[in-house]
Amino acid sequence: MAKYILKRILISILTIFVLVTITFFLVRKLPGDPFSSEKMQPQIKENLIAYYGMDKPLLQQYFTYLNNLLHGDLGYSLVYRGRTVNAILGESFAYSADMGIRALLFSTIVGLLLGIIAALRHAKAADYACMIVAVIGVSVPSFIAGYVLQYIFAIKLEWLPPAQWETLSSTIMPVLALGLGNLALVARLMRANMLDVVGMDYIKTAKAKGLSPFQVTTRHQIRNAILPVVTVMGPAVANLLTGTFVIEKIFSIPGMGRHYVSSIQNYDYTTVLGLTVFFGTFLVVMNLIVDILYGIIDPRIRVSK
Amino acid sequence: MTAESMVNTSIPAVEEPIPKEKFRHVGIDEKKMQAVVRPRTTYWQDAWRRLKQNRVATAGLILLILMIIMAIVGPMLTPYDATTNYLDNTHQPMSSEHWFGTDALGRDIWARAWVGARVSLMIGFLAAFINAFIGVVVGGIAGYFGGKLDMIIMRFIDVMISIPSMIFIVLIMVIVGQGIIPIILSFAITGWLSMARLVRGQVLQLKEQEYVMVARTLGASAGRIIFKHLIPNSLGVVIVNLTMSIPQAIFTEAFLSLIGIGVKPPTPSWGLLASDGASVLRVYPTELIIPAVLISVTMLSLNLLGDGLRDALDPKMRK
Repeated sequence: MAKYILKRILISILTIFVLVTITFFLVRKLPGDPFSSEKMQPQIKENLIAYYGMDKPLLQQYFTYLNNLLHGDLGYSLVYRGRTVNAILGESFAYSADMGIRALLFSTIVGLLLGIIAALRHAKAADYACMIVAVIGVSVPSFIAGYVLQYIFAIKLEWLPPAQWETLSSTIMPVLALGLGNLALVARLMRANMLDVVGMDYIKTAKAKGLSPFQVTTRHQIRNAILPVVTVMGPAVANLLTGTFVIEKIFSIPGMGRHYVSSIQNYDYTTVLGLTVFFGTFLVVMNLIVDILYGIIDPRIRVSK
Repeated sequence: MTAESMVNTSIPAVEEPIPKEKFRHVGIDEKKMQAVVRPRTTYWQDAWRRLKQNRVATAGLILLILMIIMAIVGPMLTPYDATTNYLDNTHQPMSSEHWFGTDALGRDIWARAWVGARVSLMIGFLAAFINAFIGVVVGGIAGYFGGKLDMIIMRFIDVMISIPSMIFIVLIMVIVGQGIIPIILSFAITGWLSMARLVRGQVLQLKEQEYVMVARTLGASAGRIIFKHLIPNSLGVVIVNLTMSIPQAIFTEAFLSLIGIGVKPPTPSWGLLASDGASVLRVYPTELIIPAVLISVTMLSLNLLGDGLRDALDPKMRK
């Protein structure tokens, strides 16, 4: 087990390093620069470029950046004068994390429930209803769900506030739109697992030894079916995270996704770099946790790798 | 006709017994007994038969074919061009003149929707096929040769796959610039990883099978074994994955166009139409609803087809 965890951690560290390196050089290849958008004197522009260290050789800039990164310093934003990327992250991460966690919890819990109900009522009306919800959830992109919800519930019916992230009622639509895809994924997977497990010998044994149907379902069927759902949690977090890019745009939420998109459009190198590194590291760590968790829950995994 | 009456009519009344010389002794032919009488059902025929039985998957397939047909003929059904502006004729509602209405620049949305279908479907299919091709070749090689080569390739994939692909796609799009080719390119750079991993897993399993050993003892080259035995046998998994990655690509294109770095306007794509429609959602909701429905229906049909293919191609389901 220790060897397995160590191996996963090493790969993760390597991944983060590769990510930082690739993004650093890719971002420097961005067309245009953050200072050319304004009508500024060439002298001032030169001073600014020197100030941000962009006149030094690229490799030197790279090592400076790596060194700063190791100290947790992501540098200054090139567009928002005087603000550090760390500060931007600090402000916006709270919104994205709040939204992401709510969407993850909502979609996983409801998805599991739908999957379980569908499997227990296999080939009956409830099953078909749950699966229709799941298929729609997989097929309707989050941004379409977001716009449709916004149009129906905020513009037409005026039940919910159309944008922002303040009161509880304003959080309902973004969370629904963001979580829909994951909900569908979890529901489908859970249903398939439940149906797989039901034919297993240990279920027969449990029935044969006289457990009540409720106990068979909760203790044996659901417990075993839920295991593989853990594996999709890593990709699920990734999907939710990229989903925030548009959901935050639709609902005008000042989170990281919106900053990411706007900083790319503004050629704000350091912010793009900082947010990418943060996004990437966050996801790599999430995947690491999921992998280790899965290794702990299911011993077969660490043996086979 | 009832069953009873059928029985009665099918047996003619016996008037006189059949003469003996009409009978002939045929004996037992050992060879004929062993012969295969019915035509063999190949794996693909079997899969196709099972897919046809699956009504939901068939519906998906029909929807998809309809969508492709409309992408081809749709723009020809209207005299209007997808990219010509008529600034005195903006935001028209649906009418017999403009079937889907017109957009903010007076362009006919029917024409734009189906030209957009060409663009979006082309991006989806091309990206998925390129990914599958690279993934199959790399995964096949890694799985067959194993050892150091496999380790290097797999560690590379492990590292690359942990990086969220959307981040790379966005960065590449910004650097290379907007357009159809850059989108496909950026998908190809990130999309083959999971396919390679999948194919490698398949090949690892398959290469231990007896028929591969037989091929090797008969002196078949590595290339022949990979391309004649291992890859055709793992094709089922590849096709299912391919079908599932097409809607992913269509979605990503729409996503990119929505945040303003997708295809280059005025070329219509579904994502761009949705993006244009979203900006006037409050007043002209149909301009978003049309591309939204097209995207969703296409993704739905591909998902249904993919599910059906998974069931149809799964050897475990084969009876």
